[in-house]
Amino acid sequence: MLPRAAWSLVLRKGGRGRRGMHSSEGTTRGGGKMSPYTNCYAQRYYPMPEEPFCTELNAEQQALKEKEKGSWTQLTHAEKVALYRLQFNETFAEMNRRSNEWKTVMGCVFFFIGFAALVIWWQRVYVFPPKPITLTDEWKAQQLQRMLDMKVNPVQGLASRWDYEKKQWKK
Amino acid sequence: MAPEVLPKPRMRGLLARRLRNHMAVAFVLSLGVAALYKFRVADRRKKAYADFYRNYDVMKDFEEMRKAGIFQSVK
Repeated sequence: MLPRAAWSLVLRKGGRGRRGMHSSEGTTRGGGKMSPYTNCYAQRYYPMPEEPFCTELNAEQQALKEKEKGSWTQLTHAEKVALYRLQFNETFAEMNRRSNEWKTVMGCVFFFIGFAALVIWWQRVYVFPPKPITLTDEWKAQQLQRMLDMKVNPVQGLASRWDYEKKQWKK
Repeated sequence: MAPEVLPKPRMRGLLARRLRNHMAVAFVLSLGVAALYKFRVADRRKKAYADFYRNYDVMKDFEEMRKAGIFQSVK
């Protein structure tokens, strides 16, 4: 039951993309909506399915299909809309509508990033070993002084920002 | 159908028109980026090097470094 329901959910979201799959799914699947609607319908990347959306037609709809075989100029606007709805599940405007899913996604992303940050903070307090000697402030200050003495990158880089007369960074 | 008749949309030449427009924009943008890079980055860097080396006294520089004590061969 559960795998079949999951499979029908995948199909409903995915549409039928490949030729050679069995054509009638309405009655054999157990999970979703059955007759008179198909499970696979048109998607943006699969705009013209072989099977119409509404497969089992009542008498009124069958009469309409007969009328469709004649000249289309005879059809009223409401009849054309009804024929469209028989053939397709949603219009392009409906299937391409926006949703607010991005807010949920971004919210969850930020939530889990924040949770990860809390975990790493805890690790920094209780798990990490002490810093190597070369990363202590004293060592880094001595390293910087040596770099300035060597005049590292004197044209556009570090030593160019240091004022050697006043012994401070250039403003 | 609808009460008013909409004008017929463009049916042909859509890709060609898109490519033409994008070509123009790409041309202008790439020229602009190249010009900006030339003036703001490349010429500025050349000027900085020229200014640095115009009045550069290498022996004075060496003496300063020696006094700071970074060399192992001379003290």
